[in-house]
Amino acid sequence: MAARTVTRADLSEAVYQEVGLSRNESADLVESVLNEISDALVRGEMVKLSSFGSFSVRQKGERIGRNPKTGEEVPILPRRVLVFRASHVLKNRINASLSRSSG
Amino acid sequence: MTKSELIARLAAANPHLYQRDVERIVTTIFDEITNALAAGDRVELRGFGAFSVKRRGARIGRNPRTGESVQVSEKFIPYFKTGKQLREKLNSGG
Repeated sequence: MAARTVTRADLSEAVYQEVGLSRNESADLVESVLNEISDALVRGEMVKLSSFGSFSVRQKGERIGRNPKTGEEVPILPRRVLVFRASHVLKNRINASLSRSSG
Repeated sequence: MTKSELIARLAAANPHLYQRDVERIVTTIFDEITNALAAGDRVELRGFGAFSVKRRGARIGRNPRTGESVQVSEKFIPYFKTGKQLREKLNSGG
């Protein structure tokens, strides 16, 4: 399996190639997209991106954890966690291409 | 927030762009992430999070109703790990 890592720079480059804005503006827009999504999640909203997936925020209660090294009990405080659910379109795309190449 | 609400927000913040272009920007970004994952690549967006693909090996499953064994073939699942900065922002009381 390829071990390439795609970063913001690659996303900006794609926007630059596809939309024809300047490189700087393409990078700014990639950032704006991520910021709008983050802000909505921080407000507690669910973010649904059709044919990609949805991000939702889940509230977790307090529980007792353990330091695996020392065995010491430590409380894990209540917190909010982000959950991503991939859409069927995305899952099917990934399985269609990867099952073929590894099978 | 849906994809169209996201596009509307970005369009409002960037009045010099056509709505059509904003749509293409959003679509391009998520297509690019999808293509990377479909190629088995990882997508790392510092501060936001990282998308990767995990392999689930073939296994013998069971129909919970009938108890019957069924062969479940290998599959790949997309996985998202929240970035440190976003995780902290979610819990900063805001």
